[in-house]
Amino acid sequence: MKKILGILLTLVVLFGLTAALGDGFLGAYNQEKLLERTALFGILGIGVAFVIITGGIDLSIGSVVCLVGCGLPWLLVKQEWSPAFALAVVVLVSASIGLIHGLLITKLKLQPFVVTLCGLLVYRGITRGFTEDQSQGFEGGFGSLRQVVTEKIPVMGGFGIPWTWVILVLVAVVAGIFLNKTIYGRYLRALGSNEEAARFSGINTDRMVILSYVVCSLLAGLGGVLFVMDVGSAQPSDFGNFYELYAIAAAVLGGCSLRGGQGTVVGVVIGAAVMQVLKNMINLVTWIPTHIEFAVVGAVILVAVVADELVKRTVATRRARKSS
Amino acid sequence: MLLEVREVTKSFPGVLALRGVDLTLGRGEVLAVLGENGAGKSTLMKILAGVQAADEGTFFLEGKTVRIDSVRAAMAVGIALIHQELNLAENLEIAANIFLGRELRRFGLLDDETMREEAAKYLAMVGLEVDAAMEVGMLPIGKQQLVEIAKALSVDAQVLIMDEPTSSLSQTEAEQLFVVIKDLVSRGVSIIYISHRLSEIGQIADRVMVLRDGENAGELMGAEINHQAMVQLMVGRDLDRFYQRSQHALGEVRMEVHGLRTAAYPDHETSFQLAAGEVVGVAGLVGAGRSEILEALFGVVPALGGEVWINGQLVRISSPQEAIAAGLALVPEDRKTQGAILDMSILENISLASLRRDARGGAFLNLEAENELAQEGIKNLSISTPGVEQYVRYLSGGNQQKVVLAKWLVMKPQVLLLDEPTRGIDVGAKEEIYGLIEALAQQGMAILFVSSELEEVMGLSDRVLVMHEGAFSGELGGDECTEERIMSLATGDATILETTKA
Repeated sequence: MKKILGILLTLVVLFGLTAALGDGFLGAYNQEKLLERTALFGILGIGVAFVIITGGIDLSIGSVVCLVGCGLPWLLVKQEWSPAFALAVVVLVSASIGLIHGLLITKLKLQPFVVTLCGLLVYRGITRGFTEDQSQGFEGGFGSLRQVVTEKIPVMGGFGIPWTWVILVLVAVVAGIFLNKTIYGRYLRALGSNEEAARFSGINTDRMVILSYVVCSLLAGLGGVLFVMDVGSAQPSDFGNFYELYAIAAAVLGGCSLRGGQGTVVGVVIGAAVMQVLKNMINLVTWIPTHIEFAVVGAVILVAVVADELVKRTVATRRARKSS
Repeated sequence: MLLEVREVTKSFPGVLALRGVDLTLGRGEVLAVLGENGAGKSTLMKILAGVQAADEGTFFLEGKTVRIDSVRAAMAVGIALIHQELNLAENLEIAANIFLGRELRRFGLLDDETMREEAAKYLAMVGLEVDAAMEVGMLPIGKQQLVEIAKALSVDAQVLIMDEPTSSLSQTEAEQLFVVIKDLVSRGVSIIYISHRLSEIGQIADRVMVLRDGENAGELMGAEINHQAMVQLMVGRDLDRFYQRSQHALGEVRMEVHGLRTAAYPDHETSFQLAAGEVVGVAGLVGAGRSEILEALFGVVPALGGEVWINGQLVRISSPQEAIAAGLALVPEDRKTQGAILDMSILENISLASLRRDARGGAFLNLEAENELAQEGIKNLSISTPGVEQYVRYLSGGNQQKVVLAKWLVMKPQVLLLDEPTRGIDVGAKEEIYGLIEALAQQGMAILFVSSELEEVMGLSDRVLVMHEGAFSGELGGDECTEERIMSLATGDATILETTKA
């Protein structure tokens, strides 16, 4: 709880500020959209958190989102596959991508940055290739399939909880239990802190690292499916662009250290929410020019990380003082 | 008197690290500063080298008051600190390291040639015959240390502070260092020498100054410098028997190793046996392949060949998981990178190896069991800590090592492998770990340990195996076990081989 207090406070402040300054922020439609976007990026963030906890990084998330987001409608519409089969293939491809990343990183000892940077380029290139760079969409079909994403659970006054949010909660609960309540979650943290000591303690570190990349790519794939179902169509050249950076930013805001060993699922979800509220604020508050979005987002992340580092230092001094 | 320091006091939040400490140093003198971890040695040295500022205290150099409030100021009066962890840029050449931060230039560009020529002079002073254009990373640790000394000499240091200079050196390298120190002293350089290795202090120190709890605890001169006297001053009580070894009743053979080959020396085979309740020490120079044997047995770096039998059963070990399943445990050489996870709690460290065994439903953490194990470990090994949640980073070296030991003892291993179990920990903690090894042997555990401290090897072992270049060059037991014999076997000197059996 202590670890996420800072980011929670940030969220509350940003939320309050936007409500006060922006028009229509609290409207039912806007809030639904906010929840939905938070859910989508939260899922990507949870995925990359697994990798970041091991001390790694995954830059290929946006391209996996693109591959899956364009691939699914392409399989359904252009290849006329059945939805079940197409979804199964998409899941399998996502998992295989993570497996390949994990194997290259553990067995060949390549750097995660390099491996996933190549992934970033390769998967987008492949997608633009098989789609011939044409936009892929459901063309008005598959309404019942897309309902999973587009429908809402009505609450009151026209506001409903989007199903994507329910999916996020499910993913978050499972991930939270895995990371906090199982021995494997402990193993991930241990190897993220000190891989060699973890290995010397009898932990199969390679297997755990591979698992984390598989989880990350799987959730990126899930995100891709949800994104494209939500929007209805995907443009291979820009679908999912920069999503890995939003995911990483959410994870870092949520308390994951890029040095490994640290991170909470709740923190990541709140981090994703902060990013979305921030974007929303830039759009809704009239006197903030929309084009400086990246600058604002970057600056806020930087401030949050600096604040976090300063807090950590104070805590560390206090701890050291206590023990001496 | 070259350097005189009076009434140095330094406090950190919550701790008074030094209170009124005095230190004097004559020209050409080797002064050893001793003390347990936390006694204030490092703080005093950092103050002398200008890394930290003293709260109070006066400094005199040749009778004149000087201010030492920065590293630059310390260097200006000729004081240089050589850190335990060497501060060299391994990817740069020797000359570049020696002139780091004050590079010689010609027309604004680096003048590598002159720097190399100059560097060669200082290398000659420390007896290092290597090309100054060589990358530092290519040199063995012992020679890198000499580069550090050459670097200090190049700024005209009058006082060299050496913090644990031999902690990662082999005996031969250490001997070479002592020769260099003697040579420097004869040129009028003064040395402040910090070490946990008491035997070498007797060998090179002119005078010993002991710190205890941040205060001067006493001094020893010349002939007074002996092991007993030093330990007594450090711990403040009489340790009449440091090694409390009793006769071990040996049980049946626990582990048998046949023809083990490791990547370090693929052509050499090692074979040995270990009985229940037996403590076997492995001596040898650094690089003799001792750690590699332990790492092969534990599956960290799987062996190239050979058979391992545990309790009469052939076991296959190609990973630490398999080693643990076979009943082995390894306390590795480097506590901070291989043993403990510094940024996790004591509890999480102690339970790390046994998580799977105690898991509920094969996967879920069993917090009660973890807590119990951690409490038990803290109690049995007397780990001093405010609680199980304390991060291991904030423990002393000795307590960190006890946490690593506790992690394995809760697994109740058949065979305990220890690699340099007391490296860099203070005398008090050493004594406790020796006592623990003794108690475990009494309970019937088979213990194989590697150590570079000959005293420790001789003091703890029922039997000593000596390694030389990847193979056992001899085995010594009981009275045969002397420092000279171990060293001649370790260095491959065959003259006494006939008196022992390989």
